[in-house]
Amino acid sequence: MQKEAAIREPLILGDKSYKDITDDVVGPIEGAAPKAWKLLITITSIIAIYGVGCITYLIATGIGVWGLNKTVGWAWDITNFVWWVGIGHAGTLISAVLLLFRQKWRMAINRSAEAMTIFAVIMAAVFPGIHMGRIWVSYWVLPLPNQFGSLWVNFNSPLLWDVFAISTYFSVSLVFWYIGLVPDFATIRDRMVKPLPKKIYSILSFGWSGRAKNWTRFEEVSLVLAGIATPLVFSVHSIVSMDFATSVIPGWHTTIFPPYFVSGAVFSGFAMVLTLLLIMRKTMNLENYIHVRHVEYMNIVIIVTGSIVGVAYLTELFISWYSGVEYESYAFINRFSGPYSWAYWIMMTCNVITPQLFWVRKIRRNLIATFVLSIVVNIGMWFERYVIIVTSIHRDYDPSSWGEFHATFIDLGIFIGTIGIFGTLFLLFARFFPVLALNELKSILKSSGENYKKLHHKDH
Amino acid sequence: MLKKVIHAMYNDEETLMDAARVLKNNGVRVKEVYSPFPIHGIDPIIGVKRTRLAIASFMYATTGTLLALFGMWYFMIHDWPMNIGGKPNFTLLENLPAFVPITFEFSVLCAAHGMAITYFIRNKTLPGMPASNPDPRTTDDMFVMEVTSDQNHDHSAEELEAMLKDSGIVEISVKDYQ
Repeated sequence: MQKEAAIREPLILGDKSYKDITDDVVGPIEGAAPKAWKLLITITSIIAIYGVGCITYLIATGIGVWGLNKTVGWAWDITNFVWWVGIGHAGTLISAVLLLFRQKWRMAINRSAEAMTIFAVIMAAVFPGIHMGRIWVSYWVLPLPNQFGSLWVNFNSPLLWDVFAISTYFSVSLVFWYIGLVPDFATIRDRMVKPLPKKIYSILSFGWSGRAKNWTRFEEVSLVLAGIATPLVFSVHSIVSMDFATSVIPGWHTTIFPPYFVSGAVFSGFAMVLTLLLIMRKTMNLENYIHVRHVEYMNIVIIVTGSIVGVAYLTELFISWYSGVEYESYAFINRFSGPYSWAYWIMMTCNVITPQLFWVRKIRRNLIATFVLSIVVNIGMWFERYVIIVTSIHRDYDPSSWGEFHATFIDLGIFIGTIGIFGTLFLLFARFFPVLALNELKSILKSSGENYKKLHHKDH
Repeated sequence: MLKKVIHAMYNDEETLMDAARVLKNNGVRVKEVYSPFPIHGIDPIIGVKRTRLAIASFMYATTGTLLALFGMWYFMIHDWPMNIGGKPNFTLLENLPAFVPITFEFSVLCAAHGMAITYFIRNKTLPGMPASNPDPRTTDDMFVMEVTSDQNHDHSAEELEAMLKDSGIVEISVKDYQ
């Protein structure tokens, strides 16, 4: 058995046995829905319905209902798309990259982070879908024979790369998540007494029986999927950034974009994981599994990626001046002093300055401070995308066509609506799915559980 | 001869490992182990071979790479070459850099889904399959070792049962089967 240093903080607190882990995670699924859950899902459903209404109105009327104009032809839709895709990145990072690095703390958070990834990518996919304008011909992005629609799709275009990247990312994350869920669904199946839920979980668990060979394959599949999901997660946001970087718009045409977008994605994703988990651990009594140490680890990731993002902002500014290209340097001067400077300074404050507070150990181990800062980061990252997209195009080469973007009611409604849909999906997940990876937690109980660590300590 | 299947239940994976080791040294073959999570190190003791899923995954990935390259060559170079933004499509080699992202994505897509499907089929875990663990507690906190008499002709069923009873079990069940 793997041993761990006694001075290392335990990951599972309290006097837990294997049975306790099952009880703590599956118990809430078996019981009646708590009042807080009912209240929350009512709120999120109302917001979701409102969002669906706005989307329906948009599709029925046309994208003229957005605040876009001839100069700013891409704004909230694509901002929201990049924001949601970015949020999705944390889940895969936690489940794949941290698996390769054998980080045991990921086991308490990977399941819900992956769920968040999947729901966030679904929300992201809404935006390219609806901003096509004619969603009923959205199958034209597929490489179908040219008699079918138009010519073959252009494989040299980053927009098409995006189609492949997002669909691959979504489906691979889904499969990765589900493979991990199967043994845990089997645990629920074997506990359930009521016939209908038992039947449902029995179907979901695919008849998993936990044979030695099954587990060998399970571990191999997890490892290989983690191995290929790692470059995948980096490629996805790199490709998203190439939607901009391969254009010739000053402010977009920068080679720094792929790494900068990827670290920004991880940054915002971890912030969203923290926002969701801090609520979840409290309402579902998971304090023994997701505790201060986990939060601290995630906050460290936030400092690292936030600082990378900060360096990228400064590099962009420096290079725009150093390049000697006046359009390039104007794009950046306009960013921090033009009509959208308020957005730029919100971005700078939320992404570069406030996350640095996490250098203080007291703050990064404080749950309330973390919760507030995680929301601040999410706001900051939304504004980052807004700043990059809108400020780069609202003043182009020809001053007579300069314009501004003003969000409409529908812009706002769709964005808020996707948050509602996301929240509803996540709440359904929290209610009916095993929110912690049971089998993985049980496998680290002896090396990282508080009671076992004390036991080993006494032996020496 | 009537065949017997013995299910010995343990409440700790290390006790089970020790028991399996002792059985192996006495020349007993363990047919199966059911556990709620992977027990590291059990495979060589009970004779489970290394899985070849990773090799399969590599082959799926290679298929994906070739398919993607062939597809893009056909769409962009052979069937309908276009001059896009002054970057004409004439040969695969010249166009390769622009094809890298989709080749990569498609390889990953094929590798991941190919492996996942193979995994589910090889494990016999598919929607609607019945569960076959001997006790519902094996997905919670119990570990079951399965020993059958027809795999162990050197020992009688009673001997096997006695050996298992001695190995720190919580429960034992002996059943006849055809």
